[in-house]
Amino acid sequence: MDKLIDLLPLLGEAAWETLYIVAASLLFGGIAGLFIGLGLYVTRAGSILENRVAFTVINVLVNIFRPIPFIIFIAAIQPLARAVLGTGIGNGALIFAISIGAAFGISRIVEQNLLTVSPGVIEAARAAGAGPFRIIRTVLLPEALGPLILGYTFVLIVLVDMSAVGGYIGGGGIGNFAIQYGYRQFNPAVTWAAVLVVIVFVQLIQFFGNSLARKIMRR
Amino acid sequence: MSIVSMTDVVKSYPSSEKNGAPVVAIDGVTLQVEKGDVYGIIGYSGAGKSTLVRLVNGLEKATSGSIVVSGTEITSLRERSMRAVRGDIGMIFQQFNLFNSKTVARNVAYPLEVAGRSKTEVTARVAEMLAFVGLSDKAKNYPDQLSGGQKQRVGIARALATSPSLLLADEATSALDPETTSEVLALLDRVNRELGVTIILITHEMDVIRSLATKVAVMDGGRIVERGDVFDVFSQPENAASARFVSTVVQGIPSPVEVATLKARHEGRIVTFSFRDGNASQAQVFLDLAEAGIRFELVYGGINDIRGRAFGHLTLALTGEDAALDAALARIATHSEVTEVSR
Repeated sequence: MDKLIDLLPLLGEAAWETLYIVAASLLFGGIAGLFIGLGLYVTRAGSILENRVAFTVINVLVNIFRPIPFIIFIAAIQPLARAVLGTGIGNGALIFAISIGAAFGISRIVEQNLLTVSPGVIEAARAAGAGPFRIIRTVLLPEALGPLILGYTFVLIVLVDMSAVGGYIGGGGIGNFAIQYGYRQFNPAVTWAAVLVVIVFVQLIQFFGNSLARKIMRR
Repeated sequence: MSIVSMTDVVKSYPSSEKNGAPVVAIDGVTLQVEKGDVYGIIGYSGAGKSTLVRLVNGLEKATSGSIVVSGTEITSLRERSMRAVRGDIGMIFQQFNLFNSKTVARNVAYPLEVAGRSKTEVTARVAEMLAFVGLSDKAKNYPDQLSGGQKQRVGIARALATSPSLLLADEATSALDPETTSEVLALLDRVNRELGVTIILITHEMDVIRSLATKVAVMDGGRIVERGDVFDVFSQPENAASARFVSTVVQGIPSPVEVATLKARHEGRIVTFSFRDGNASQAQVFLDLAEAGIRFELVYGGINDIRGRAFGHLTLALTGEDAALDAALARIATHSEVTEVSR
């Protein structure tokens, strides 16, 4: 317990690091996932930019990358991280790996939520003379916003989970803290302190996500 | 002048099975809609009505044939040029298809924004359209705060915002209760009369055709099986499918099942007299019966009014001497249509 009190400043630092890694991954991976998901949605049969070849290519890519366990993916993507960032280790490489790894999963969530928009509403926009890009911007995304926020809330929690293996490539964060100071030093109290921080994060994310989505969907 | 002119239009979809025959939704339709018409298209689900109306604004592409809308051949248009044509065609839907994330005012503004109108122009036109449909006080509400009838009125305001000359109504009242239906039909009637908008109206409800349409086409299996003046199709349907539709709103000659019930409840011979305005007189029929000393009782049927013209089928139970009755019926048959359904 004394040990834990000594470690509190480090725990705080690790918590901040997790927030930073998750926020950056959400930004990059979230945007990439949004575009890939939109790509899946608009190119599927009967949609506004129906294109069988494009759909098949995106669909296969997503299916290849999505199921790779993240702890393997993080190692597999390291050469690319080195090529792009100049380093394969540390928080930068971690954010890089999470962003790419998560983008494919996020794209499926985006696709699913876009599919909840009634095709009739899209048809109404087409009948009004709107083109595909205007429809995406002014109808599709606004109509799906509530479900999308819930989807991204779910994603955010998955990102917290993914970030926990950051120590594997020399990244920081709460997961690294739990393994380094809790698990490896046989100190369950430290591990559980990290667990508590994660629980608080997840609760807060879910709470804000839910209330934001409720606010959007009630109008 | 025709605002919509379709010639030999075919629309088929590739089969869902491998090497299967294509599914033909529209099988060679030729149709002329004149400016100012309220053209009703009726048919059962799957008859091809919805596809037909979507060919007019290019939401579906014809497989072959020609479609000319306001002088433009649209079958050869690319999607981008088609969008400009759609600015002159409004559309309303069974499920209203309002944008739930936008207020009523922003829904109505949408086609104007697509058309690139200025902000002041959009604001003025939205106010004008909401006043026209009687929903000025709902401008800031969201669609899920409105009733079905109000939603459809917003749909109409949105469809007419850019002052199109043609309105496509796809089962516009099918999701509404009877009272709201007549409210929306009255509004569509104003749209046609006051704004001079030509309307193509898809429905499976004969009542909608009766109260609004000037012309009607009956679709069955992707073809138009009967078309013409609403009065003619209602009073003398020639096709079996049309007759089935007409029978949903007009009590015609009773069916054998109905005759059996009538027989059980009434004495005498059951005879149906059919009237169409101008060519037969009810008064003469009743006079002939009375003069022959025949007692009669009205047991089935009625008189219908379509845009000021009347027609109907009256089924009477007749009692009297058989010979006198035969003579009377023969005399009536010289000036009216007589069908003896049971004796």
